[in-house]
Amino acid sequence: MKNKSIKQVTGTAVPVQGNDIDTDRIIPARHLRSITFEGLGQYAFEDDRKQADGKHPFDEPQYSDASILLVNRNFGSGSSREHAPQALMRWGINAIIGESFGEIFFGNSTTIGIPCLTVKEQEAQFLQESIRSDSSQSINIDLDKQLINLGLHTIEFQLIESVRQSFLSGEWDSLGQLLEASQDTQKVYEGLPYIAGFTHLFKEHSTD
Amino acid sequence: MGKTLLDKVWDAHTVRRLPTGQDQLFIGLHLVHEVTSPQAFGMLRDEGLQIKYPDRTFATVDHIIPTDNTKRPFSDQMAEAMFLEIENNVQESGIPFFNEESGLQGIVHVIGPELGLTQPGMTIACGDSHTSTHGAFGAVAFGIGTSQVRDILATQCMALSRPKVRRIEVNGRLGKGVFAKDVILHIIGTLGVHGGVGLAYEYAGDIFDNFSMEERMTVCNMSIEGGARVGYVNPDKTAFDYLKDRRFCPTGSNYQEAVHWWKSMASDSNADYADVVIIDGASIEPMVTWGINPGQVIGINDTIPDPTQAHAGDRDSITEALEFMDFDAGAPIAGTPIDVAFIGSCTNSRISDLREAADIVKGNRVAKNVSAIVVPGSQQVLNQAETEGLHEIFQESGFEWRRAGCSMCLAMNPDKLVGNQICASSSNRNFKGRQGSPTGRTLLMSPSMVAAAALSGSVVDVRTV
Ligand code: SF4
Repeated sequence: MKNKSIKQVTGTAVPVQGNDIDTDRIIPARHLRSITFEGLGQYAFEDDRKQADGKHPFDEPQYSDASILLVNRNFGSGSSREHAPQALMRWGINAIIGESFGEIFFGNSTTIGIPCLTVKEQEAQFLQESIRSDSSQSINIDLDKQLINLGLHTIEFQLIESVRQSFLSGEWDSLGQLLEASQDTQKVYEGLPYIAGFTHLFKEHSTD
Repeated sequence: MGKTLLDKVWDAHTVRRLPTGQDQLFIGLHLVHEVTSPQAFGMLRDEGLQIKYPDRTFATVDHIIPTDNTKRPFSDQMAEAMFLEIENNVQESGIPFFNEESGLQGIVHVIGPELGLTQPGMTIACGDSHTSTHGAFGAVAFGIGTSQVRDILATQCMALSRPKVRRIEVNGRLGKGVFAKDVILHIIGTLGVHGGVGLAYEYAGDIFDNFSMEERMTVCNMSIEGGARVGYVNPDKTAFDYLKDRRFCPTGSNYQEAVHWWKSMASDSNADYADVVIIDGASIEPMVTWGINPGQVIGINDTIPDPTQAHAGDRDSITEALEFMDFDAGAPIAGTPIDVAFIGSCTNSRISDLREAADIVKGNRVAKNVSAIVVPGSQQVLNQAETEGLHEIFQESGFEWRRAGCSMCLAMNPDKLVGNQICASSSNRNFKGRQGSPTGRTLLMSPSMVAAAALSGSVVDVRTV
């Protein structure tokens, strides 16, 4: 169950400025009231967009085709809702560059094939400013060489090595790998004292 | 060098090292609720996969359940659809389900411990970021996304990298009117909302040694608000006594054996930490948030920060928060008028929280312009509170007494702020729009402080009422 490998992401970008933008802002809770992720794209940043009255980057026409999101510090903090990266992905985002990311958001993004790349504070700001001054510029992310290219500029990014490898090899959705080890999993299951020994009540209750 | 609890639990649950370099970690207890699970069950169906160990997953309903009228079908069709979906999913897969009829329904992080499902030494996961709550028992508990819910249903495993551990010692004694909620708000205020990214927090010191399990849960609950996905307290007699005789806790000689193993999982005295932070408990004041993340927090007698005097990196965030909150830099937080008071959420809706709040409320009236509600964390908490007559104390003073659920913590049900109302809230997040109105404003504080604010109509130092 391999996915396609992700070695490069190239496209225009959209800057969304601000530290600590949490997942409640990326997708407000009222849009979690559905049993699928479909249609979430249109609601990305909904409340922020309403308050910006057409001036939010997600509403500005020059960014409408962007596929790379440029953010600042601690983007995606807060709730574990996978709806947040799902909404961004369905809006058109394929990669995110920022100073740092909320940990659960980072993992949720990875699992659905959106690399979240870490750069220095000034570099994140530089990328945002460059794109604001000319939104037609294309950014290239090279996951193999670990570089971001914008015009004549190259910026090195950080990404947890195991995660970077998983994009290159196409194993970023971990389910396939996890399924492979079912015998080893069974061994751990049988060996854990709270399953094997003293928690016999678990089994009684699961059948009542 | 000795090992931390995190290392011991990790080692005991590691299935193998994955080719990517992450660990395949076995999850001993998986908790499921109606909001983040339907897509996971759907993905499983799409891929033709079975639930691997249905005996390790337990489900309840909390996020979307109405807390006033819980009669089915719900008037909210989307809520009804989500309920039908989880009912169908648990039935098909044979997962035990704590719904309203069971009498054991409630917020997933309240009922896990209450039922004795949560135990020391376990790995626990739930599609909810406040799963860190269960760390109070010395479990390693992760909030996860829906794809990982799918992974666990299909394999009982997750792919993860082992975090480093920061030990946070809070020593000394807490002052009167200072609670576990103030301790964690103080920690987040000190270390920042992203201070714990990539780390697990181990809470220790006199304060935690003396804390009850409910107090420990309040602190571990908000670890994620400090950026740490996992937070825990080493298991001790307080935890073992709490668990004894609970529904899923081992009994008799099995219990003795369990205690033996639980003890062995605690961090060694010479364990290796990424770093150690030491905090003086006596320096902690009753805390109140003034901004749009839980790190924007001050003592009740402090003034709201001034961006011009702040560290350059914080200026924009402070300015943004002041604009949204419509607060003035340099103004005192005490005296800020409130419109709504909410006592509830997985942080502070347990029986001790309700007792503390009732203590303040007893014999007094909620201020005229304030609408106040109490939402117990579970049906068991609700029943206990009613046995003690707490509901009458609340109702007589003008609080509404509701059924169990998440309610106004995230406002997925009809309980919502309106317009730019200000809510004194015992919950855990003051993000923009969190309580259901895009312009609604949240001030986080302890349940006692919420109770005091409800009575006075504005933010007030609970030590003075
Ligand atoms: S009470 Fe709030 S934070 Fe806790 S599980 Fe429910 S919605 Fe999440």
